[in-house]
Amino acid sequence: MRLLAEGLSARRGEDLIFNDISFALSAGEALVVTGPNGSGKSTLLRVLAGLLMAESGSLKLESGPPEMRHPSEISHYLGHRNAMKRELTVAENLSFWKDFMGDSQGGSGKGLVEAVEAVGLPGIAHLPFGYLSAGQQRRMAMAKLLVAYRPIWILDEPTAALDAGADKLFAGLVNAHLDRGGIVVAATHQPLGLERIKELRMTGFSGVGGGMWHDA
Amino acid sequence: MIALFFRDLKLSIRAGGGAMIGVLFFMTVVAVIPFGVGPDLNLLARIGPAILWIGALLASLLGLDRLFQAEREDGSLDLMLMQETPLLVTVFVKCAAHWAATGLPLVIAAPLLGLFMNMDELAIGATMLTLLVGTPAITFIGAVGAAVAVSLPRGGLLVSILVLPLAIPVLIFGVSAVYAAIEDPAPFLPPLMILMAITLFFAVIGPVAAAAALRHASD
Amino acid sequence: MSENSLAIRKFSDLANPTRFLALADRVLPWFAALTALFFVVGLWLSFTTEGDYQQGETVRIMYVHVPAAWLSMMCYSVMALAALGTLVWRHPLADVSSRAAAPIGACFTFLALVTGSLWGKPMWGAWWVWDARLTSVFVLFLMYLGLMALNRAMDDPARSSRVSAVLVLVGFVNIPIIKFSVEWWNTLHQPASVLRLDGPTIDPEFLRPLVVMAIAFTLLFFTLHIAAMRNEIWRRRVTSLRRLAARSAGREA
Repeated sequence: MRLLAEGLSARRGEDLIFNDISFALSAGEALVVTGPNGSGKSTLLRVLAGLLMAESGSLKLESGPPEMRHPSEISHYLGHRNAMKRELTVAENLSFWKDFMGDSQGGSGKGLVEAVEAVGLPGIAHLPFGYLSAGQQRRMAMAKLLVAYRPIWILDEPTAALDAGADKLFAGLVNAHLDRGGIVVAATHQPLGLERIKELRMTGFSGVGGGMWHDA
Repeated sequence: MIALFFRDLKLSIRAGGGAMIGVLFFMTVVAVIPFGVGPDLNLLARIGPAILWIGALLASLLGLDRLFQAEREDGSLDLMLMQETPLLVTVFVKCAAHWAATGLPLVIAAPLLGLFMNMDELAIGATMLTLLVGTPAITFIGAVGAAVAVSLPRGGLLVSILVLPLAIPVLIFGVSAVYAAIEDPAPFLPPLMILMAITLFFAVIGPVAAAAALRHASD
Repeated sequence: MSENSLAIRKFSDLANPTRFLALADRVLPWFAALTALFFVVGLWLSFTTEGDYQQGETVRIMYVHVPAAWLSMMCYSVMALAALGTLVWRHPLADVSSRAAAPIGACFTFLALVTGSLWGKPMWGAWWVWDARLTSVFVLFLMYLGLMALNRAMDDPARSSRVSAVLVLVGFVNIPIIKFSVEWWNTLHQPASVLRLDGPTIDPEFLRPLVVMAIAFTLLFFTLHIAAMRNEIWRRRVTSLRRLAARSAGREA
């Protein structure tokens, strides 16, 4: 499996956020997107997750499942928000996403108990999600990556609000995913402690031209 | 998809959920009317079906703005947009769960309020039946408004304004079916059939339009 | 003065949740037994006394309707007192009391409305009329439901207690309106015939079962209220234990 991006550019509203981004990732490789605030890391990840239309360029998956329309269908996306309901218990949240997402071809998700243990929070899955602290909530959101199998993980600032111990735990999860032949794209400020990474430095696109109200 | 249905039901019943609020609002609106028009029982019996319908219409608009906004705020909507299952199926299931949590209680509460309005058994039965058939249409229309207003900070009022004009046909045929049932010469079935047709029509159009709006609203 | 402060100390001892739980455990069986006893006697009296020569057998509805209506107002008064306790003394148990009373009050009000409706159908020919007494009781019912919804909507009891206490006190305006509605306005509902300054105008034949049933209902209310308060305290303890569990989880990892 190979994820190919060629000449991607995207705009938000009127502003061109980034221009001509290309990379290729094969199974077992990770791409770490770095750069200052406002350089378009989150926007790039949302384009990869199919949540934003790319202005130009293409995103392809080679030798993926045959009847797939967009790579997002076999991707996990962990954004700034955790996509968990405060009113429901952790177990209810996780089992909902497990059922709702289902597994992609070529793998199967972990059980709830196993996933909660993998993020180091066993024994509190019966509590409402809202009772958990910010760091615990983030870790439970990571458990969501484990309960349904997806070969591609798209992670936006995954370790924000985590302490050092949880950082290491998370690096372990990502490395295990890479060992299984997964692909990881992560935007981050901090080093994630990953092996086999490619780095993409986004510098921010400061050009004014290209907007429809300007003569480029 | 069944998981989504039951999750939404659970959410509406848990603390802060809107299931009970809708019925309470319905009861309050209907209880306020006699203060305005006076306690004449014959008059109330005559306008009762219309009041129940208007009350139900307003009550089912109440929680609609949260249908997608809550999902968007915690990021769940992003994940729903990414899945292989078509978005319109997701929207349809969410509408069904929303109706089961807020619309169905209104239908069940209607007979009680019918007694307050001094309506007879036939009128109460007809109102209940038309509400059962008609309120899903309001939810499906409302889903479009909720999807359009999803990214607005204060979308709640806007949803009602967007949805109310579209829901007028439902109100017209719902109320006219009830009156056809009470008053002899007019036949009951045609307006009821039209009401069903409206519901089925919006059950298709609503999720399609809402899904399209949600796709474009995401950024 | 010292006697007074002793009473206050005793009262605040009682207001300690743990002591309250111990007391509730001791008192509840007695209350429950007394309630059952009064209900047996009351129901027996209700069904054996003579019917009214005008109303026939339907008059027996009164033995449920009047106590339920009386309880619906008393329950709200208890809530208003508790709300005062919340606002003035800021005592947690006052909030527990007010919160536990709301569903019970709603049930009694509903019972009063339903039995009144059943009584009204043969008497007035309609299930419901919009006269002052009935309407104000219905408003009371809506207020109970609204308070329950408010209590449910806010999951943090510490914050919600003041807000709902204020609302309870504002809503208390309705109670005198209900009580005196039959005198202020010319209503279809009959005026008070038991609690009057010049003594009851009701025949002793009806008064006896009515009083017994009223006592039975009042005892029932206290039984349910104490049990509900106990449950509420337990519920809050469970909640705080769960929060504690969430805080301490994963700390050693």
